[in-house]
Amino acid sequence: MSTGVLLSAKELSVRFGGVLAVNKVSFDVHRGEVFTLIGPNGAGKTTVFNLISRIYTPTSGAIEYDGTPLLARAPHEIAPLGIARTFQNIELFEHATVLQNLLIGRHVHRETGFWSQLLFTRATREAEIRARHKAEQVIDLLELQKHRDALVAGLPYGVRKVVELARALCTEPKLLLLDEPSSGLNVEETDDMAFWIRDIRDELGVTVLMVEHDMALVSKVSDRVLAMNQGEVLALGTPAEVQAHPGVAEAYLGAAGDVESLRRKAA
Amino acid sequence: MRFIFKTNYEQDIRLAKHGGQVFWYAALLLALLLAPAIVSEYWLAQVTFILIYGIVGLGLMLLSGFTGQFSLGHAAFLGVGAYAQAALTGAGVPFALAIAAAAGIAAAVGVIVGLPALRLKGIYLGIATLAFGFIVEEVFARWESVTGGNAGKHLKDPSLFGITIESGEAFYYLCLVLAVLATLGVLNLLRSPTGRAFVAIRDSEISAQSMGIQLARFKTLSFAISAALAGVGGALYAHKLKFISPDQFGVLQSIDLILMVVIGGLGSVHGAFLGAIFLITMPQVIALAKDHLPDAIALAPGLQGVVYGVVLIAFVLFEPLGLYGRWLKLRTWFQLFPFYRRGMFRRQKAFQKSERLR
Repeated sequence: MSTGVLLSAKELSVRFGGVLAVNKVSFDVHRGEVFTLIGPNGAGKTTVFNLISRIYTPTSGAIEYDGTPLLARAPHEIAPLGIARTFQNIELFEHATVLQNLLIGRHVHRETGFWSQLLFTRATREAEIRARHKAEQVIDLLELQKHRDALVAGLPYGVRKVVELARALCTEPKLLLLDEPSSGLNVEETDDMAFWIRDIRDELGVTVLMVEHDMALVSKVSDRVLAMNQGEVLALGTPAEVQAHPGVAEAYLGAAGDVESLRRKAA
Repeated sequence: MRFIFKTNYEQDIRLAKHGGQVFWYAALLLALLLAPAIVSEYWLAQVTFILIYGIVGLGLMLLSGFTGQFSLGHAAFLGVGAYAQAALTGAGVPFALAIAAAAGIAAAVGVIVGLPALRLKGIYLGIATLAFGFIVEEVFARWESVTGGNAGKHLKDPSLFGITIESGEAFYYLCLVLAVLATLGVLNLLRSPTGRAFVAIRDSEISAQSMGIQLARFKTLSFAISAALAGVGGALYAHKLKFISPDQFGVLQSIDLILMVVIGGLGSVHGAFLGAIFLITMPQVIALAKDHLPDAIALAPGLQGVVYGVVLIAFVLFEPLGLYGRWLKLRTWFQLFPFYRRGMFRRQKAFQKSERLR
């Protein structure tokens, strides 16, 4: 499965004013793997995502995707390369239906120009039907049939999470960035999510890069895990290796020695 | 109760979703075609104005209701269209060419306004477009060689393919044809990727961008289409009144236009026309009501402004979806009778909106 590097981050650093949010982070994501970023709050995981989707520009470092430098691209030029993402706090198009959201995901594959659409020519009509077919395949995969014509604004949180995943899949990505796919989901929905992530990797051949806190989900689906803390790489390896890494427990819980320093000193 | 059984994807693409819609829209079109024979000349003129404002409303609806960009200076585009039409037909350009050029010039101005809009959002964009409206009004007043300045400018009757359109009836048909074409064009855009890109920009710029939508391109496109429709409306408006002056395209006109789309119902194509009906018939209703009001109120200046203000506030508070929203509720009530519930149109509030990336 793992044949070559799909995405490679080299010495990424980003500074917001006095805060060094990401400090010299390097990692490679291989084709066909599920690669997970973990770390306590404020470790810089989402910032790394925003660097890859070009919402932020790094202070230094480089990102290479499929052999091309990513930093030369504008944010809207990322999706056509085959990189799709979801957001931590769900950024769906609220006042549109689920189907419309998925069809917006087909934007990079639109086939006709403005004038053809204004007149709704035969070419546009046929392209619309093809787009619908693709969207329906994703609806089938993620079992969204009964929500198809519902407005997103009226859907429960768990379903929105799935709709966002569906919208990302509609762009037919090669690399899927999932920002906390299980946050806000109940146990059953999290299980579904794990199942889908594996399906997306195995059946659609999509490489997945995700940020996740739920360690059960992480160990279930990830091939490799990168632990971050305070903007720096802490550990990289299989889920078991990373969990066993002493620095990781320290980052989440604090080191044994630290407890002393927290004690109130006698006056 | 109607249940639409869907068997192919064409059904979701079609403009008329079921036979009932075909029937009612055909009936509406027939009524509009027969209107000159039915209504008096005065009311025909009012319907003509509704069509003209409807075209302008479509443009503003596309910009504000579907792309989420507010323009408080839309009367300026109306004015650009009107003056372009006056200048061109004055120079002997045939009507069809002149109105196309008026739309084109307005669209070009729309692009120029749209460019700074890429960096402005919400209230700041409103203020920028408001300032633009003042600038354009001033240009109309000062550029006397073209616009005739504050003295105004007269227009000749439009002539289409050698036939001069003198009567109100002929002009009404002209407006009807253009209104229908504009509506079809907007509906076509809305059911294709361009229209969905507009909606995406309205609801979440950040994820629109991540879906590969080029914000700069689609925002300026929206401004251009909106301004072009306002330009067409302006050209027709100029012909209808036969006389234009800068004060017709001031801030009050812009506010009327905003009022029109908000009361009509933001985010619906019907809303543009419902709003136009409101805007045109309201002064008549107020005039009729004046006969029955005590003199202290009836003769007070600014009565119309107060009524408009109260209606606007009432809509924002009680029916944010406007007249179209009211109609939707009524229709649902009939469709589901007797199962309609009061809470059916209530939306869950989104507390989880990400603030970080804005």
